[in-house]
Order: sequence, then structure tokens, then C-alpha cells
Amino acid sequence: MEKEDLIKKINEVLVDEFEVEPETITPDADIKETLQLDSLSLVDMVALIESTFNVKIKGSEIAQLKTFGLLYDYIYERIEK
Amino acid sequence: MKRVVITGMGIYSCLGNGLDEVKESLYNGKSGIVFDPERKAMGFRSALTAKLAVPDLKKELSRNQRVYMPEQAKYAYVATSEALKNAKIDQDYLDSHEVGLLYGNDSSAEPVYRSIQTMMETKDTTRIGSGGIFQSMNSTVTMNLACIFKLKGINLTVSGACASGSHAIGLGALLIRNGLQDMVVCGGAQEVNPFAVGSFDGISAFSTREDDPEKASRPFDRDRDGLVPGGGAATVIIEEYESAVKRGAPIIAEILGYGFSSNGDHISVPNVDGPSRSLRMAIREAGIEIREIGYVNAHATSTPVGDRNEAKAIYNVFGDYRPEVTSTKAMTGHEMWMAGASEIIYSMLMMKNDFIAPNINFENPDEDSAKLNIPAQRVSKHFDTFLSNSFGFGGTNSTLIVRNL
Repeated sequence: MEKEDLIKKINEVLVDEFEVEPETITPDADIKETLQLDSLSLVDMVALIESTFNVKIKGSEIAQLKTFGLLYDYIYERIEK
Repeated sequence: MKRVVITGMGIYSCLGNGLDEVKESLYNGKSGIVFDPERKAMGFRSALTAKLAVPDLKKELSRNQRVYMPEQAKYAYVATSEALKNAKIDQDYLDSHEVGLLYGNDSSAEPVYRSIQTMMETKDTTRIGSGGIFQSMNSTVTMNLACIFKLKGINLTVSGACASGSHAIGLGALLIRNGLQDMVVCGGAQEVNPFAVGSFDGISAFSTREDDPEKASRPFDRDRDGLVPGGGAATVIIEEYESAVKRGAPIIAEILGYGFSSNGDHISVPNVDGPSRSLRMAIREAGIEIREIGYVNAHATSTPVGDRNEAKAIYNVFGDYRPEVTSTKAMTGHEMWMAGASEIIYSMLMMKNDFIAPNINFENPDEDSAKLNIPAQRVSKHFDTFLSNSFGFGGTNSTLIVRNL
């Protein structure tokens, strides 16, 4: 999958699940603020990403994924290309 | 002792969404029972069930509120919203008073099944998501409603099998009567999905009259062959009388008596003594003459032994005085954890509109039901006091007596 397609797909599933406006998701935007995640809904985001892209996000690494840009890079490095 | 009044009601059932639709269905003796092919494909003995849609609450609640709600919590939200509106309670009132919540619920099978299925398939508990735990617990309805409506009083689920909803109202009334709460949101909720009732079907409890779904639930009829599972949710707002007067609440009825008992007997087979004691206690607590009761809403679920023993218990207590006795389960099926609350509302709608809904499908009595006054057709009648029975597995019994105001 090309990175552009991956980003499109990530944005699509997040918009659908967390019911936010698509334009609020930008590479520099804060994930937790944009998706209004608390400690519980953060679990849902991880589960959604893991099941959609068949990747495992390590618990210790979640805190470092502050922006969508970092999330895109993280997943892109781990998916089968 | 303080007086306890009902100031609001709301319902979401197979007879309709809201009081107006449900009243029409009751008036017309409309059945909410269908044949569900999905259940047949899953191996059910009986694929009969009440039919109702899970409400879409996207406009009313945020994603982060909905994600913790199984279907029965959604039903309960709709019913409670209607009840609060009818009681003229707004969020400001809830924010500034200690309003309690006692709701009947005794299962949440589908989320349990889905969570375990995800865990087994993925070997990763994170994949279950955050909703799994909150949807799976028996107290899911009260935990969701308490957070959505920001309730600050007692917050407790009542699990008393098929008497859960009735016990919730009775216990709420006791809290108010003793001055511990001024207002309690009470009710009962029941999930409607195959996972919730497969094991119930497995013990041959359900009617197998699949060729004629609307005729399958036939309480007190000689040819009844089992119950039909139903569900939804029903909410009543109960208040301390003086407090309700003070806030100018629409006072619609008074809870006069709550009786309860345990059979101390078989886990599934009801007896006659336990229910009889529950009825007598409710009448004693209400402090009324038996002839003041104008209508009896029976628990009768359409099982051979259950209806027979309830008919005997009612005859034991009422003797030669024969008010109309019906089971609304002929139309709704058995709403189980919800039934004790919904049947208060069904009876209230009849009392407020001067009719008794027909005990549809009552074609031939058996030896015991012949001793009762069971109308198969709608009766036009004014009555001011009714008694409602709810009994459950394990021999738990609850009886409520309500008077018109």
C-alpha cells in the first residue's frame, strides 16, 4: 500500500469511528484532542488500527504517537507492503 | 411513612415506541410477536420472539457515550428520556437534586459473547475495545443511565430474574417511603437477541407454535405450550408526594403497596404458596380492601405450570371476588427483566384510559383459569386501583398495587 493510500484509509476509519469532521485530521494535529480520546477511547483507537491494518501497537509506544503524522509513519513502517 | 407517587412514564417495547403507540396497541390487542429465521438457523427449538428495532441514538448521544451501551441500555435511555420529559424533569433539576436510579436487568449476553469471540479469534484482549466490559456487566443499564443523566442518588441494578423490574419499583418506593430519597428513576430493561435466550430455549421453555406467531403466547389458555421471549425497556419516575406537589409535578398515580416473597422451592417451577404470600403482603401493605382492586395484571407467561399456579394463587387470595385478570404477555411475549416495570405502565395506560386490554388468544380455560374473570376481548371499564404480579426463576416474587390519582 502506498503511503498516500494508507493515510487516506487511516483518516477514513478514524472519522467513521470517532465521528469527527475529516478536515480536523491533519499530520500535525494532536490525536487525543482531535478525536476527543480519554484513556478508554484510546484503547478503541488502538484496537481499530490493529484490526484494520493487522499491526500490533505496543502499549509502551502509544504515548509517543502524539500526532497523526507520527501515527501514519508508525503504521507505514509496520504494514506489509 | 411518606407517600410515593408516579409522576412520569416512558416505554420502548414491541408494542410501540412511546406511550401513545403502546396505548393504541394495547387498545387494539395487537401482538408484537414474529418468527425470526436467524434463530431457526442457529438451532433454536422455537424461533419466536418479540420484534423491535435497536434505536439509533447518534443524534442524542456522543460516540463516547454510546460505545458503553448494549441494546438494552439504549432501550432504557429512550424510555427514561420519555419518562423524565413527562415528569417535567430537566437536566437542571437532576444536577441540583439527589435523584436515585434503580433498574431491573439480569443479563447482557450479546456483549459477553462478542468479547469472548474477539478474544478467542485474535488472542488479543485489546481488540475487545473499551465498550466490552461496560456493556457486559449486569449493571450496564444503571451505569450508563447514571452517567448520561448525571444522577446523584442511589445507583443500583436489581437482578431478580423475571421480577427484576417490579422489585426495582418496589425497592425504590421503600426508599422514598422511609425518607431516604425524594425521587428515584425506576424501571426494567431486557435485551432482545438470540444469544440472550438460546439457553432458555434449550430447556424447552418456549412455545413452538411457529406456524402462527401471534397466537403463540396464550396465557391462561388451555392449549398454551410455553412462553415467547420479548424485551425493550420501561421507566417510571417515582417521587415523594409532598416533594412532587412542591415542584408542581404531574402526579398520575400512587404506589400503595409492595409485596414480596421467595418460594424456597424449585429453581424453575413456581409454586402456589410463594406468590400467594406476595399478593397478601402487597394488599396488607397497601392497607386496602381487596374489593378496591379493579384489575389484576398477571405475571402469566403462557407456560403450563406457571399460569396454573398463578391462577390458583389469585383465586386463593381473591376468592369469590373476581376482578378482570389479564396477562399483557399475550401481546408482548415475556419481557423478563423488563416485565415488572412495563406491566405497571401497560396497566397505568389502561387505568388512565378506562379500558382493559384483551388477554388475546384466551380461547379455552383450563380448570384453574376458569375460576378467574379473564376477558379475551377488550373491556371498557373505569378502575382506580390495580395489582401487578411478577415472578422469577429461583422463586422470587414481587407484587405492586397502584392507585389512580
